[in-house]
Amino acid sequence: MPADSTQIHNIGYRHYDGQRLGRAYATRSLFSQSLRGAYGLGRSAKSKVLPMILFGVMCAPALIMVAVAVATKANDLPVDYTRYAIILQAVFSLYLAAQAPQTVSRDLRFKTVPLYFSRPIERVDYVRAKYAALASALFILTAVPLLVLYVGALLAKLDFADQTKGFAQGLVSVALLSVLFAGIALLISAVTPRRGLGIAAVIAVLTIPYGAVSTVQAIAHEQGSGGAIGWLGLFSPITLMDGVQTAFLGATSAFPGKEGPSTGLGVVYVLVVLALIAGSYAGLLRRYRKAGL
Amino acid sequence: MTVIATESLSMRFPRVTALDRLSMDIGPGVTGLVGANGAGKSTLIKILLGLSPATEGRAAVLGLDVATEGGRIRERVGYMPEHDCLPPDVSATEFVVHMARMSGLPPAAARERTADTLRHVGLYEERYRPIGGYSTGMKQRVKLAQALVHDPQLVFLDEPTNGLDPVGRDEMLALIRRVHTDFGISVLVTSHLLGELERTCDHVVVIDGGKLLRSSSTTDFTQTTATLAVEVTDSDEHPDGTAALRAALQGRGVATQDDGGGLPGAGHTVLLEAAGEETYDLVRDVVADLGLGLVRMEQRRHHIAEVFRTADNAAADNAETGGPGENQRAAQGEPDGQVSERAAAWAATAAAAEKTGGGRDAR
Repeated sequence: MPADSTQIHNIGYRHYDGQRLGRAYATRSLFSQSLRGAYGLGRSAKSKVLPMILFGVMCAPALIMVAVAVATKANDLPVDYTRYAIILQAVFSLYLAAQAPQTVSRDLRFKTVPLYFSRPIERVDYVRAKYAALASALFILTAVPLLVLYVGALLAKLDFADQTKGFAQGLVSVALLSVLFAGIALLISAVTPRRGLGIAAVIAVLTIPYGAVSTVQAIAHEQGSGGAIGWLGLFSPITLMDGVQTAFLGATSAFPGKEGPSTGLGVVYVLVVLALIAGSYAGLLRRYRKAGL
Repeated sequence: MTVIATESLSMRFPRVTALDRLSMDIGPGVTGLVGANGAGKSTLIKILLGLSPATEGRAAVLGLDVATEGGRIRERVGYMPEHDCLPPDVSATEFVVHMARMSGLPPAAARERTADTLRHVGLYEERYRPIGGYSTGMKQRVKLAQALVHDPQLVFLDEPTNGLDPVGRDEMLALIRRVHTDFGISVLVTSHLLGELERTCDHVVVIDGGKLLRSSSTTDFTQTTATLAVEVTDSDEHPDGTAALRAALQGRGVATQDDGGGLPGAGHTVLLEAAGEETYDLVRDVVADLGLGLVRMEQRRHHIAEVFRTADNAAADNAETGGPGENQRAAQGEPDGQVSERAAAWAATAAAAEKTGGGRDAR
């Protein structure tokens, strides 16, 4: 009956009797939304450009190395798994500077935060979801090239046990790096609702200490005070990571003269890293205590 | 059934007392919360959402204690903030779906409810466009939609008509009314414009300086009276049409009064008691005989503002006689002390706002 099929019914307001999944589900939803957002998914085409380019730039050297290793039948990969992220630090720093403000300061700038806190999720859930999302995004960015290297190494029939060990060490290293850097970058961007300022501040904090520490380390190396190099490394996030993986993850240090920290000093490095992570998390919680309604 | 109940609820900050032993019960329906800026409206909403603990006293929303069951309250309550809260680079649909999921709705239900809710608040094709390009009226609708998307039992609307033009304001008020009548959701709406609440609310609560000034149903405030308000034009023959009409009505044995209320058109409005149908005919005939134009003839209702005018005068008197300060008066337990001078000033501006509000009185 055609007359029936063309009728428009005004069904009026319908109540919702379905499930309400509560806090944990909302936190997971916020996590996945933020993680997707960190790669521009679910957002405008324009916001996909930068993260995708950086992702490509991050993976390209790995692909080239693999191609070279396979073609030349080399005995080893040109770069250690643990060194890869350190070499490409500029790329992931840029990624963090772009995406950390995107992850948190949008909600602050457009005052969307009160809408979250007027719902079942709590302050802690919000901070955890955002932190986990950015750390995961950074982990994807730094771990995928390692995976490329590993798969390539196996294709080039390099020693399986050796490569697997290196790959595992690399994964642990980038996981720690992701959590540390995501925390620092998030805290900096949560302090300022202005996105441009956040970008500049994140770049500054990630690069300036590294430049300063490297310079002073080089001077110390020239003057033969090698003992100071290890201690100096504590003062920038990247040299911190370098020190941790040199001491515990079998990496070759990028410090001048390859004078990475000893195991004893390595413990200090790990403690500083953990303190920074805990501090960033506590700082974020504190930041959102006042960002309520 | 009580939707919101507070019991000597106090909120003290180091320098300010935002709420001072506020006790009230609010039932289902549309309730207006009136107060000047800084009267404690936002603080009250924050406490009722279980987001900040009160210094003293208790409050319950939908029978749940705000101090211990904030999470469960927030699951069943919607909140529309006063300020802008929408990111400009996403569409209304995406934004509201996300907010629905934040309220705990599964993905499929979130999408379905979003489509429904946006339709109910009057957003159609534009909901797929980024919010940045919306008008203020459309943004207010999105804000309302995100508060309703999880089908709450109660919504808090903080100044929902802020920044809207008269037409947008009317539409928003009608929408708020529908939230209760059609959707069956109770509403607590804040405003500093009495005229608005008069039109939408079943019940009005007035707070000032964190204290309850008055709580009663809107009909108590604005009972329809038998008073008839008549406004006429002037003519060459009668340069003062109002006076001429008054004199002519006096001649027919009908007592008239000035509109001394200071409300719109005061001085040009003749008030008289309508005895029945024939009074209307009489006025019509008298006006026609005088050759004047009849601008309007309507049943007068009391306005909420009038309730405050008495308070206004009382406070002004206090100020003139150099009465003791507010705090002292309160300490002495004098009931008049409830009305601060700030309230008086505000009532005056509220009345003024109503005058300029136009249109509203010409109903």
